[in-house]
Amino acid sequence: MTNDILVFVEQRSNHALPAGLQCLTAARVLAGQTGGKVIALVMGGAIDAAVAETSKAGADRVIAIRDAGLERYSATRYRTALCAAIENAKPRIVLLAASFLGRDLAPRVAMRLGAQLATDVTELQFAGGALSIRRPVYNGKANAKVSFKADRLAIASIRANTFAPPAAAAAVSVESLVFAAAPGDDRLNNEGVERSAGEIKDVTEADIIVSGGRSLKSEENFKQYIFPLAQALDAAVGASRAACDAGYQPHSRQVGLTGKTVTPKLYIACGISGAIQHLAGMRGSKVIVAINTDKEAPITKVADYTLPLDLFAVLPLMTEAVKGMR
Amino acid sequence: MKILLILRQVPDSTTAIKIAPSGADIDRAGVKMVLNPFAEFAVELAQHLRETRKDVQQITALIAGPAKAAEALQVALAVGADEGIHIQDDSFDQLDELQQAAAIAALVRPMGFDLIVAGKQEIDLDSGQTGPALAEALDLPHVGAVTKVEIGAEGKSLKANRRIEGAEEIFSTPLPCVATCEKGLPEMRYPSLPNLMKAKKKPIRVVKTAEIEGYAGAVDRVGGTKVAGVELPPPRPPGKVIGGDPAAAVKELLRLLREEAKVI
Repeated sequence: MTNDILVFVEQRSNHALPAGLQCLTAARVLAGQTGGKVIALVMGGAIDAAVAETSKAGADRVIAIRDAGLERYSATRYRTALCAAIENAKPRIVLLAASFLGRDLAPRVAMRLGAQLATDVTELQFAGGALSIRRPVYNGKANAKVSFKADRLAIASIRANTFAPPAAAAAVSVESLVFAAAPGDDRLNNEGVERSAGEIKDVTEADIIVSGGRSLKSEENFKQYIFPLAQALDAAVGASRAACDAGYQPHSRQVGLTGKTVTPKLYIACGISGAIQHLAGMRGSKVIVAINTDKEAPITKVADYTLPLDLFAVLPLMTEAVKGMR
Repeated sequence: MKILLILRQVPDSTTAIKIAPSGADIDRAGVKMVLNPFAEFAVELAQHLRETRKDVQQITALIAGPAKAAEALQVALAVGADEGIHIQDDSFDQLDELQQAAAIAALVRPMGFDLIVAGKQEIDLDSGQTGPALAEALDLPHVGAVTKVEIGAEGKSLKANRRIEGAEEIFSTPLPCVATCEKGLPEMRYPSLPNLMKAKKKPIRVVKTAEIEGYAGAVDRVGGTKVAGVELPPPRPPGKVIGGDPAAAVKELLRLLREEAKVI
């Protein structure tokens, strides 16, 4: 085992995932503590652009695994490829984004290699020869401190937007690693992707979310008040459970305990009172804005900025003002 | 077809979390414990398969935890599971998620399940490691975070939609395999009182770790993380209230988002 940090930078459609690149920022700090290097790994089918992006993101080395068999995600093939890269680079710590893919893949890799794993990590430190981390538990209502054993590979998946994107750096050389599927990998067959919802971004992949509650009163009002602001901000549209249950928005947009957990840079809650289940799904957001006539609503306790005003008056003004800024 | 359900008992989602004096766990006094909501989908899926197919021979529900965890097992038995396995051993509860998955794999490997279904994550530790790690330990394919599941007419294959960011991926795989459940699957039916009474007569096998063949070797080779402490998140600093004229408030908000928070 070396003192190096290996970062699996996930790519989608030949672009490095921002949450994957953010792991390089965390890795650089850790490498200072372990005294090792930062190695980035990119894998997939046609990935030249993603590899080029990653090679300029501050890693000391980049490994690329290009194979038509990795064009689409498969938990088994990706596990085999990531294990091969780990065996090649022999890192002490492996980081990856806690995306849907990262959450699905990391436990298999850890089990295969007899490693240790913590998921959805928000803080990391290497001291006394071992990694220790913090991660949210009980849906963000508490944080757990987790310590790793020193003598065993440590894997951590990192929550999106916890770390800044890495600064641009001079391109480093790229090494290629050949992919060889393991027996049994091909039992799992990815038949393709079905897009949902349409042009607007999903709440789990947006930096900004404009979210509406039952006070919106109708699907039509979501269209008239929430969507234009979301489009102006290049944001996703979210909704409270009450708004989804009332049929104003599909459950795929529901933020909260039984919906999606989101950690955007900016969360704008419009007419959402902030039930505990809703707060559980969005309290990890970096900046929270509440637009709510009820100054005492629970959402205002977590909001950085509260506008105690009528959302139907505020949202059109805000949409026009944002359009004017761009 | 033999189906295994992986369950867990967790604090109800509305629980106000307090930290125990030891600082190593939450204060569990008076906390309402429920079946993990994501595992509820697994319980419903298994019973749905039984009602719509002729080849479901057995549904087994497995849980680990203290004696109280049997309450969550009873819910699964009331909805349709035939039998329960309850790993009730303090030493198991001390393991991390990977080690627990390795131990469960050692226990169930000889039982020959065709379909193993778990929640995509447990709503206490939110780690989501169990399903994929169990699949790896058993050398089975898995599809994680599924919102739709179909079993082939022959009962030898699974096709499932898996939730990803803004889309769904469609996977097919031969059985045996593992699937983990995401919201979007049919919700679990409410267990009726007569069925809850009948469930009490269904067999539950209590298992100690010493009875699991290969237990020590399985848990020693993987994992080993320890929860060193649990703390409440630091309170967010008090926010600013921007009232008054809507146009002026919007202008001030955008200025603050741009210059102070630097997020737009």
